[in-house]
Amino acid sequence: MGVNLPAFQTLVDAHWRDVARLAHALAGPVDGDDVAQQAWTQALAAYPSLRSAGNLRAWLLTITHRCAMDVHRSRGRRPVPHDDPASLASVPLTDGPDATLPHEPLWALVARLPERQRHAVVLKYVGDLDHPRIALALGCSPAMSRRLVSDALATLRKELP
Amino acid sequence: MNDPVDLPAAFAAFSPAVHPPLLPTSDVSYVVDDTVVGRMLLASRSDGALVASAYVPDTAAEDRLLARLSTRVSPRILRHPAALDLARRELEDFLAGRSRRFTVRTDLALASDFQRVVLPGLAASVEYGRRATYGELATLLQRPTAARAVGAALGANPLCVVVPCHRVVASDGALTGYAGGLAAKRYLLDLEMRGAATLRARPQG
Repeated sequence: MGVNLPAFQTLVDAHWRDVARLAHALAGPVDGDDVAQQAWTQALAAYPSLRSAGNLRAWLLTITHRCAMDVHRSRGRRPVPHDDPASLASVPLTDGPDATLPHEPLWALVARLPERQRHAVVLKYVGDLDHPRIALALGCSPAMSRRLVSDALATLRKELP
Repeated sequence: MNDPVDLPAAFAAFSPAVHPPLLPTSDVSYVVDDTVVGRMLLASRSDGALVASAYVPDTAAEDRLLARLSTRVSPRILRHPAALDLARRELEDFLAGRSRRFTVRTDLALASDFQRVVLPGLAASVEYGRRATYGELATLLQRPTAARAVGAALGANPLCVVVPCHRVVASDGALTGYAGGLAAKRYLLDLEMRGAATLRARPQG
C-alpha cells in the first residue's frame, strides 16, 4: 500500500489521445471509439487497486490492447475493416473532416499481416511501447516480440510501393 | 521508389479523429472556476458532499490539491462540473452578495483532527458580517491558549468561503494571511459588512 496515485483525471488529460490512437489502430474506425471508451471504464474501475504508479501510460495502453482483443473476439471477426481492400474504399479510416490519412496503403497492408505481427507492430510504433511491455500484452517473450515486429516491418517494406 | 519508406514515421503520423472518453461521475468530482476572489477548485464526493473549496492560483497548486484528494479520499477523481452545480451556484450567489449562507453539505475528509474541532466551531459561532480574533475563537472553542494553533488550522482550511475562515482576524484587527490572498479576504469582509448592514436596515423574516 501507500501508493500515491495521481488523480485519474490527470491520466485522462495526459493520455486520452494515445489511448484513442491505439484503439483506432487496433480496432479500426468503427470500433475504435468503443474500445477506447471501454479501456477507460476498465481502467477507472481498477485504478484504486493499482500497486504502482510507475508507467501508467503503458498500463493504459495494455488495457486498451486487451479491450481491442475482446471486441475482436466478441464480434468473431477481424477487428480492422481495412483488411478487406474493397471495404477500404467505402469505410473511411477516420471519421472527421480534419483527419489526416498518411500512408493509407500502409494500413491496408498492416491489416493483412498475421494477427500477432499486426498487434506487435502497432503496439511498438503507434503505442510506442517497449518490447518487455509488448511481450506482456501478447503473452510472449520479449525476444518473440522483437521478432514479430521485425518480421512485420520486413513484410511491409517489401510490399509497400 | 528507391527510398525505403520510413515506417516508424509513417506509423507515428497515424492521426485518426478521436474524442476524449465520456466517463460517469466517480468517487470525487471537481471543477476549477475563476471567481471574483480568485481561481478556486471545488470538489465533491459521490454523495454530493463538498470536500474542497480551495484557492488554486496556478496548475501546480491544483495538482497539489488533487494529489491530496487522491490520498485522502480516492484517486478516482474526474472533472465533472455538473456534479458541483449546487456548490458553484451557492458560491456565486454568496460572492455576489445575493446570499449569506451555504446549504451544500460539507465533508471534512481533508481536515486534520484539530480542524474538525475548529472549523465547525467557527461556522457555528461567528456569523455573517461578524469578525473574531484568533484568540477569541480559541476561547470560544475552550482552548484559550491555542490561538496560534487555531490560526494554523484556519490557514489550511480545505473549505474556504464555505467555512468562513476569512472572518477571523489578528488581535489588532489586522487582516492576516489568507489562502486566497489579503485582497480576497478584504473583499469577503467588505461584502459581508455591506450585506449585514442591509440586513439590519431592512430586517427580513
